Amino acid sequence: MALSRDQMAIRVARELQDGYYVNLGIGIPTLVANFIPDGMEVMLQSENGLLGMGSFPSEDSVDADMINAGKQTVTAVSGSSIFSSAESFAMIRGGHVDLTVLGAFEVDVSGNIASWMIPKKLIKGMGGAMDLVAGADNIIVTMTHASKNGDSKLLDVCSLPLTGKGCIKKVLTDLAWLEIENGAFVLKERAPGVSIEEIKAKTQGRLIVPEHVPEMVF
Amino acid sequence: MAGFNKVVTTYEDAMSGLQDGMTVIAGGFGLCGIPENLIAEIKRLKTKNLTVVSNNCGVDGFGLGILLEDKQVSKMVSSYVGENALFEKQVLNGELDVELTPQGTLAEKMRAGGAGIPGFYTATGVGTPVAEGKDTRFFNGREYLLEEAITGDFAIVKGWKADRYGNVIYRHTAQNFNPMAATAGKITVVEVEELVEVGELDPAHIHTPGIYVDRVIVGTFEKRIENRTTSE
Repeated sequence: MALSRDQMAIRVARELQDGYYVNLGIGIPTLVANFIPDGMEVMLQSENGLLGMGSFPSEDSVDADMINAGKQTVTAVSGSSIFSSAESFAMIRGGHVDLTVLGAFEVDVSGNIASWMIPKKLIKGMGGAMDLVAGADNIIVTMTHASKNGDSKLLDVCSLPLTGKGCIKKVLTDLAWLEIENGAFVLKERAPGVSIEEIKAKTQGRLIVPEHVPEMVF
Repeated sequence: MAGFNKVVTTYEDAMSGLQDGMTVIAGGFGLCGIPENLIAEIKRLKTKNLTVVSNNCGVDGFGLGILLEDKQVSKMVSSYVGENALFEKQVLNGELDVELTPQGTLAEKMRAGGAGIPGFYTATGVGTPVAEGKDTRFFNGREYLLEEAITGDFAIVKGWKADRYGNVIYRHTAQNFNPMAATAGKITVVEVEELVEVGELDPAHIHTPGIYVDRVIVGTFEKRIENRTTSE
């Protein structure tokens, strides 16, 4: 079975470490916040200028001046800090964020990522994605392994305009956990009940399958 | 003698001198911390052919989106413009030019502009469409792009509290791009919720020192919420 969105978030949450500053993108990455292990201290960075993002507010504590990068109303945790966009991206570009999790359309064996622009479709903009992928050392991309038409999103060469070049090392899809090493995707884990054959069939880019590929346990 | 007194009492005075073809830098992220009354004044003035530098372009009918209604904007420099149907239409018609700029690069362009730094190198955008036509250089084996600073004829800024000297503080995440915008305007106009006495703001807690600010006006704000999300 392919992983559910929550299972993907749970798997990403296993990469968290105590004391991490983490930036979570929109979509599945946002769900990771629901699965931070008890007793672990993690600070969420929101690139509009908030370090220490909390949960969504109750109806009567909604504040128009308190939003996250998805423009949703949020709260700030005790010990948070709020700052300008330049300061926020200094943290990001300066490599101070320990982990960045974001979605993508495509990733390739050179660690290139395409996540913002589909030619001939409406281009809304890259927001902070290019800064995040260029500035972070530890990035996890979350996406489905293949499109609804069955086209692989794990490629030899990205077909779409890039968000960043050579910056991705870890990819979690609904089928597998893969790491990019020496110009290939290395299959590290597979979703429960998903065969290696299925993953091979849905991976267009060069894939290395080690002798033993454990199933994820949930 | 006005001395350091930056206070103006009408929006007409606040935006006095704005002319067709000027560049306006605006603070705000989405609809949070936007100078909504200064934007409304630009609409009233019917100034045309503006270049507007702002992370986003409002929504239909609110924020910078209202400047599109009478086609006052000829170019937007933004990182994300997805919330606006009129925007999309004008871009597709070729009436509106868009320069999409990574969010951190945009913030840094404003910061650099205000700080007298004409350009800077960044890894953001290397190998992407953003890099087209730009100089690159290697530092310590990594490739970086040369990005140029931005300054504006006007900067329009939304603060929380200011004193008459133009010292400003921002409220919560309504800070966002406002402090950089404030530094980068030839004329910087700040609208605030509250004017306080000189000396009332803790000098160490001032976000925008008055040296950057030319005009201060007190307004009332709708503060529309773009994406109201609650825990209930």
